[in-house]
This record gives sequence, C-alpha cells and structure tokens, in this order.
Amino acid sequence: MTPTDYEAIARDAGLERVGARPPLGQYLAEMWRRRAFATSLAKFRIQAQMSENRLGLAWVVLNPLLMAALYGTIFGIILPRETRPDGVNFVPFVIVGVFIFQFFSKSFADGAKSITGNASLVRSLNFPRMLLPLALIIQQLIELIPMLLVMGIIVLGFGEPLTWWWLLVIPTMLLMAMFNLGIALLAARLTVHIRDLTQVIPLITRLFFYASGIFYSLEEVLSDQPEWMLWVAQVNPVHDYITIVRDLILGGINAPGWMWFVASGAAVVTLAVGIVFFWRAEERYGHD
Amino acid sequence: MAMTEPLGAPTVVVDDLHIKYKTFTSGKKASQKRALLTRQRGIRVVHALKGVSFVAREGESIGVIGHNGSGKSTLMRAISGLIAPAQGQVFASSRPALLGVNAALIPTLSGEKNVILGGLALGLTPQEIQKKYPEIVDFADLDEFIDLPMKSYSSGMSSRLRFSIAVSRDHQILLVDEALAVGDKGFRQKSEARIRAMREQAGTVFLVSHSMKSILDTCNRVIWIDHGNLKMDGDPEEVVKAYQASK
Repeated sequence: MTPTDYEAIARDAGLERVGARPPLGQYLAEMWRRRAFATSLAKFRIQAQMSENRLGLAWVVLNPLLMAALYGTIFGIILPRETRPDGVNFVPFVIVGVFIFQFFSKSFADGAKSITGNASLVRSLNFPRMLLPLALIIQQLIELIPMLLVMGIIVLGFGEPLTWWWLLVIPTMLLMAMFNLGIALLAARLTVHIRDLTQVIPLITRLFFYASGIFYSLEEVLSDQPEWMLWVAQVNPVHDYITIVRDLILGGINAPGWMWFVASGAAVVTLAVGIVFFWRAEERYGHD
Repeated sequence: MAMTEPLGAPTVVVDDLHIKYKTFTSGKKASQKRALLTRQRGIRVVHALKGVSFVAREGESIGVIGHNGSGKSTLMRAISGLIAPAQGQVFASSRPALLGVNAALIPTLSGEKNVILGGLALGLTPQEIQKKYPEIVDFADLDEFIDLPMKSYSSGMSSRLRFSIAVSRDHQILLVDEALAVGDKGFRQKSEARIRAMREQAGTVFLVSHSMKSILDTCNRVIWIDHGNLKMDGDPEEVVKAYQASK
C-alpha cells in the first residue's frame, strides 16, 4: 500500500488547517464580532456573584473599605507622621490608594487565572481566547463604578471640595484599564505555561502594594535615600495612576505632568505587548 | 477500499494525527521511601492518538466506535481544533463544531440568561438569539421554570435546556459525542429527531456512541478507534460486526 498524501488531498479540496491561529488583524476583527460574549459574560458573572453572597455587590465596596480601615488604623499608628504627605487629609489619601490599587490587584490575580480557570470552556468551545481576559477587565470596570462612587462620597465627607477636575478620573481609569488588560493578558499566557506562577502573584502584588505608596508618601519616605530609588518608585505606572487620581480629587497632592505621559505610555505599550504576546500562543490554550 | 459510488468533495482530512497529553500527577506506584527532594512528579505523557488518518466527505455520516479510553473523544476534540496535535494535522472546509455548551453556562443564573450566554458562546449574535429564544425555550419544555436559577432544575430539566441551546446553531461539520440520550423517553425521541434534522442540513457528521443501534441506524460509514489507532474504517455492518466480535 502506498502512503496517501493527505495534505495534497486537503490542498486540492481547498481545505484549511483547523485551529490555525488567524493573523492578528483578523483575530481582532473576530473579537469585535464576538464582543457581546465578553460583555455578557462580565455582566452575568457579576450577577451570579451577587446572588451568592447575602450582601451581594456590597462586598465589592466593603472589601476595600475594610482593608482601608485596617491599613489606615495600623499604619496610621505605627508609621511616624512625617511619612505622610504634607497638608493632606490622611484618611482620603489612604482610601483613594487602596481603592485604586484594588483595581490593579484584582485584574492581575484574576487575569492570571482567566485561561486556566476556564479550562472546560476553552476545551469545549471555539472563540478567540482573548475574550476571557477581556471579559474579566470589563467585569472589573463595572465593579469599579460603585467603588468610585463610594470613594467620592468618603472624600467629600472629609471636606474635600467637588471640582471639575474630578471628571478627569474617568479617562485616568480608562488608561489604567488598558494597562490592567495588558497585564492580565501577559499573566494569563504565562500562567498557562507555568502554573506555579499563581503562587507567586500574591507576592508580586504585595511588592507593588508597598512600592506604590498606598499609605505613605513615596516622596517623603524616600527623601533621605539616593535619588534613583525615588525615580524608580515614581516610574511605576500603578503609583502614577494612584497619584493622578489623588491629585485630581484631593488637595495638597501634585502629580507632575510627566506622570500623565507615563500613565498613557504604559497603557498603550503594555496593552500592545499583552495583545501580541497572548495572541501568539492562541493555539496552545486548552492543550494541557 | 473499492468505492463504487461517486465520492463527495472532501470536507475533513485527518493527516497522521498524534495527540499527547502531559500530566504532572505521579502515575508511579507509591514507593516506600518518601524523599521530598527527589523529583517524584515526573511528567507522564499519555499518547492518546497514534497516527490516525482518514478523509471524510460531503454527505457522510461517520460513526466513531471504540472501547472506553480508546481516544474517540480526543479525536473529536482534535478535529474541532480544541486540542493541538503533537504531530500531524487536521484540515476542514469550515470549522467543525462539537455539539455541547455545558461549560459556558452559570448554574446560579436563570435559564433565560443562560440561553443568552450559551448562544453567545456558540457564536450567535444577540439578534439571532432573540429570534431563536422562543424556539429554544419551547423545545426544552421549561415554560415557567425559565426564570428560575439553573441550579434549581432537575437533572433532566437542565440537560434538556443544555441540549436545546447546543442545537440552536447550525453547523456545516457537526461532531456529536454521545449526546443522543438526554431526558426522558419523550424528549429523547424529540432530540433524536432534531439531531437527524441537523445531520441532514450539515455536510458531514461524526457521531461518537456506544450504542451500536444508533450507529447502525444513522451512519453510512464507521471508524473504529482502538488504543489510539485507527483499526478499521468502512461499511457500518462490517465494522460493527468486527468490533463486537473483538469484545
């Protein structure tokens, strides 16, 4: 029996290889066509989450609130006063830091699990896998709305005035969402290759938590250290998103103009790198 | 193989397909010594398919049979492109679709929302879902229960709903993995009729089943997979007879 050239049969019949990764443009177009899947998945997951707890969606706000209370109390007592920024209301300062940081940390942690945690979905249905991390970021964005409202109310309650600058929080958060999506895409693919990464993520998150100046002013704490340390700390985009929001809604905080460049640049670059990095392994998801 | 009938155009070509699963779980016998530092969890490779090749053509209904663990379901998943081959490749005229939607559904949500979510997961547009919604709910016989969370459904009810969502989209190349027997007798007949209709509409159908009766009833070609190898391929009566003799 002579071996049959199956590839030639397929070629002659004009068949295409199944599961082949489409070119990036086509892939993104397909994602756009299937966008309703991502948005519905996000919406329905929030609803499912709400029906599971007695307090439902309130936990989205309660969780960072309790965390802010805890950290605020502990570090308000332990840390010397001179670590706090001058002329700033300490409580709103911590609240803004913890709430905005929560957006990053949840996107990072859940993003890393967005493929491995949905293994059965990935193994049984065809769709651009990028929809899963995307759905997650949409979910985080929806949950961010009540968080921002509560944050605003608290800040007002501490006597900060309501100004037009507050509106700029929205584009800042959209930039941060782009950054978070990029991070989620990177983490999602890396976790597929190396499962153990999920063990390290809380550690990295913690590192970012301390490095982003949530309950102290980096400028004050690092004032006695060599200059490069402050520089490294300030280039961290997570710190910049937080500082920009603080600048917009709190008195006494000043985000230098270059932070807007870092915030926008980090958003665009991280997202672009994340998309390409994630897309290149499209054929591998669900394989193991 | 002597073929006297005219052949349809090829729709699926499977070319020397190898599938391997890697697992981290230790498949070794437990040793007496418990050394924490030695690498006990070696990667174990399961060679699920070992070089399967065939051509499926327009108008064929292909039954896939084999013992448990022979690689039938793996073959289906590989044809639909859900697992990447270790070696070899699969070609198709359009993306083959595995019939099933379970994984996309969220049990704490109502049946109604799950119909929407399941439809979107299958690739329907929101408009198409809206149009098909009454048909899906009607087919599942759920009536007033459609507003209740899916986790409150009986197993029959939820399998009926899953089936109705899964068959709401038509496919050119359809893969059915033992989905025929769902629900009670009445629904089984209804679902079998629906699958028959889908089969007539689809160009090529693969059916994995342990029921030789449903294979003989519906297929015009049978492939027998044995330990990851293609053991026999041809006329249903002949292949089923040989398969049953092998048991």
